[in-house]
Amino acid sequence: MYNFDVEKPTSIADAVKALSRDEAQPLSGGQTLIPTLKARLAMPSVLVSLSGISEMRGVRLADDGRLCIGGGTVHRTVAQEAETHYPGLASLAARIGDPAVRNRGTIGGSVANNDPSACYPAGVLASGATIVTNSREIEADNFFQGMFSTALEEGEIVTEVKFPIPEKARYEKFIQPASRFPLVAAFVAKFNDGVRVAVTGASENGVFRWTEAETALSADFSAKALEGLKLDGGSMISDLHGSGTYRAHLVGVMTKRAVLGLI
Amino acid sequence: MPKDGGIGASSKRREDIRFLTGEGNYTDDINLRGQAYVFFLRSDIAHGTLNSVDTSAAESMPGVVKIFTGADFTEVGSIPCGWQITDKHGEVMQEPRHPVLAFGKVRHVGEPIAAVVAETLGQARDAAEAIEVDISELPAVIDMKQAVKEGAPKVHDDLTSNLCYDWGFVEENKAAVDKAFEDAHHVTTLELVNNRLVANPMEPRVAVGDYARGTGDHTLYTTSQNPHVIRLLMGAFVLGIPEHKLRVVAPDVGGGFGTKIFHYQEEAFCTFAAKACNRPVKWTSSRSEAFMSDAHGRDHVTKIQMALDADNNFTALRTDTYANMGAYLSTFAPSVPTWLHGTLMAGNYKTPLIYVNVKAVFTNTVPVDAYRGAGRPEATYQLERLVDKCAHELGVDPIALRRQNFITEFPYATPVAVEYDTGDYIATMDKLEEIADIAGFEARRKESEAKGKLRGFGVNCYIEACGIAPSNLVGQLGARAGLYESATVRVNATGGLVVMTGSHSHGQGHETAFPQVIAEMIGIDESMIEIVHGDTANTPMGMGTYGSRSLAVGGSAMVRATEKIIAKAKKIASHLLEASEGDIELKDGAFSVAGTDKSVAWGDVTLAAYVPHNYPLEDIEPGLEETAFYDPSNFTYPSGAYACEVELDPETGHVTIERFAAADDFGNIVNPMIVSGQVHGGIAQGIGQALMENCAYDSDGQLLSASYMDYAMPRASDLPFYTVDHSCQTPCTHNPLGVKGCGEAGAIGSPPAVVNAVLDAMRSGGKNVDHIDMPVTPQRVWAAMNG
Repeated sequence: MYNFDVEKPTSIADAVKALSRDEAQPLSGGQTLIPTLKARLAMPSVLVSLSGISEMRGVRLADDGRLCIGGGTVHRTVAQEAETHYPGLASLAARIGDPAVRNRGTIGGSVANNDPSACYPAGVLASGATIVTNSREIEADNFFQGMFSTALEEGEIVTEVKFPIPEKARYEKFIQPASRFPLVAAFVAKFNDGVRVAVTGASENGVFRWTEAETALSADFSAKALEGLKLDGGSMISDLHGSGTYRAHLVGVMTKRAVLGLI
Repeated sequence: MPKDGGIGASSKRREDIRFLTGEGNYTDDINLRGQAYVFFLRSDIAHGTLNSVDTSAAESMPGVVKIFTGADFTEVGSIPCGWQITDKHGEVMQEPRHPVLAFGKVRHVGEPIAAVVAETLGQARDAAEAIEVDISELPAVIDMKQAVKEGAPKVHDDLTSNLCYDWGFVEENKAAVDKAFEDAHHVTTLELVNNRLVANPMEPRVAVGDYARGTGDHTLYTTSQNPHVIRLLMGAFVLGIPEHKLRVVAPDVGGGFGTKIFHYQEEAFCTFAAKACNRPVKWTSSRSEAFMSDAHGRDHVTKIQMALDADNNFTALRTDTYANMGAYLSTFAPSVPTWLHGTLMAGNYKTPLIYVNVKAVFTNTVPVDAYRGAGRPEATYQLERLVDKCAHELGVDPIALRRQNFITEFPYATPVAVEYDTGDYIATMDKLEEIADIAGFEARRKESEAKGKLRGFGVNCYIEACGIAPSNLVGQLGARAGLYESATVRVNATGGLVVMTGSHSHGQGHETAFPQVIAEMIGIDESMIEIVHGDTANTPMGMGTYGSRSLAVGGSAMVRATEKIIAKAKKIASHLLEASEGDIELKDGAFSVAGTDKSVAWGDVTLAAYVPHNYPLEDIEPGLEETAFYDPSNFTYPSGAYACEVELDPETGHVTIERFAAADDFGNIVNPMIVSGQVHGGIAQGIGQALMENCAYDSDGQLLSASYMDYAMPRASDLPFYTVDHSCQTPCTHNPLGVKGCGEAGAIGSPPAVVNAVLDAMRSGGKNVDHIDMPVTPQRVWAAMNG
């Protein structure tokens, strides 16, 4: 990697200030950024570490019934502490990467990066969560804006993610055998007023809601409701590990399995 | 009762104590005073004319010691190839120059163009980014069949084409083979790909060059399976350094799998640069560099055909294979698809007529060379897939068809130039049927089906040639080396022994297994014996470790040297006991006079050898140290039968290995635990090849699987607990230990069983698929089932 300075603020306010420096970049768990730096694919002048900010860590149930997870909370903590209130999300967190990744990677880092094959964006979008930053709140539907692209402004930090808790939810993942990221994964969340389905790993545009499946499942929450629904492989990622057609097929299988796991 | 020492005991691996506690001494642990670091600027273009390499801006960067380009190596020799193949027309193969640093052209992504030596690796890398390289890109040649077409762009402009050689074997049999096909009752044809692999040893390659100006001595520390071979190849052919001024040390080495046999440019560079810079120069490969600079493995495209008579007897076999050499000839590359592959095409069967054609092709890819099994997995895979296909076409049981065609009498001279000394293929198949619990398969299949899964069972046999190799034979076949092995056994005054072996351990466990042999011969404790290897300064000239040869060849040399030691010790004992030499017996660490209670301990005899006060100095010299060189009279032929059981998810195409059983015949066994470990590791690599590993290039020659993000290695969770058995033992007839070698069997014997099982699972789901290429990824399975 190239040389850079490191700042480790202890409050969100100080972090925002530090990020105003030229070529500054936030560092959360570093599970994407550090390999990028090692490959010399990025040249920040300063890394602002968010891991010393205690107000950004932790899982709590808010008075409005939403589960609030600090942006700097590592996956392992979510896997353990969200289990009681939101087991579907805890299960997603428990299956990200490997133990080393789960002990370093954070929810804020994951959603801010919006890797098209990351797990969290599917959970966040299917839950209809709200992304809280140092300056505003953004609905998940408006947050994810395509592969590695989000609504975040320069220097804006994800401080918390607020999850409405569905009646039930399940994340089904089919892994890419080398990276163990999702080749395709679907998060199905059933609320009392409808079903949301978010898909990761599949689309050239990153995480997306499969609205046809949502409509069908909202009317009839059964595997049968999904029969005949098809996605277009043409807009799906096509690579060494799976063609667009195969990924489109897997979206159907993963969604169906999530539903079957919930009924 | 299991033994607790000597031959046949599962002694714990003594080397693991240091490996597992971080006390190993790997090449990267070696840091010399004044050491500088080199970073190689590598081509990101597969094929192009190298117009210029401008280092002027880089030279003034902080910390830069010296920058080298191809122009600095024009007076230096080509990286040599150790095997020359003669083609079916009697012509020798085309052999291009292989420069240390690219000169004139770049020929694969990853080829080193320039090398920056600097005070730190970071500075070297910074300076490398300031080097301006001007390359005019040329069309890349990637597909082998396209590469040999008229008018294809040439990888090497000074060669007549991209065809390295067109080998026919046995050329004299060709007409008879073709005739047998005309007369055949049934012909089965199969076209397949043996996928390109990256070896991925846990320890990447490292080289540290050192030069002593005061004495003119060079030292190279390197991650090698055969330091003497590197010393000879690099000293004599590349840098012109005589062996007595060049020491090569390969200390603890963290896995090789073949890819650390070869002499690489980086070794020659560090040795050369250490003198040019007058300071030690170190290179440590990054994992990314390893993907594009370690020799790759396999990469064959084959059409194979079997002719059968009306009674399902195999009557003839013929194959056409394209074998990828990559952009240059790596050290043993030409031998892999020929003598290590064609000679094994008989497999376990008495097919009377065989013809093998191999076209070796240059492409704009990383050089391809031996990888665990080297040619023998390619032979086994195509033959055992073909036999399975025969069985299904004929509607007969695949195991029965194999049994019917087994070779049953030994020695057996195959129609492909080798003679199997021993084997019992019926016994290993019987054992396999027992340990694989074939009888219980249908019940397990029903359980899978109840879960919506398909279950498949696949089997294959294998034969391999190990204990490489008789020197006079391989010399006739084009080897530019002898393939004997050496050992010096030094007995110390108080009775302990040090064995300096020409073999090299990079995980195999020589430090444990070799002492077991000597402990058995003398009747002393294994702890009294130490193994030294990996340093040309203190071991006799040896050929190193590959081709499952260490115990069969290196161990035999050690036995011969120990026999000389015992013979001399008996002379000393006879003097001490005042008895006739012929009456002296060695047992349990003591020499005794037959029929008496007179005896003298091993330690008293060894002490006498070094303190020769009461000693027959007029007859024998003091001291107790002997060297032996052992040249085998034949290959050894391990064989076996493997079975795989898979579960297939028809909705996703995902395949899991549920059971895997291996029944091997390795002849005599020194350490059963180490043998099991070798088989386990080999099967893991074979399953990796069959299901996951895929080194893929795009049509521009860019490596698509250049990191672990895209190159899928098998992990523990991908593998079942294996059932391995090596109780079927037909000892090798021509080496003193009766051993055959076990290092490669798992990797050779497992891929066809996996693929055969996957196809069986598909058939059980009503999908009759003739063939599916490795790696059998979920996408491929799904496409095959829905195509």
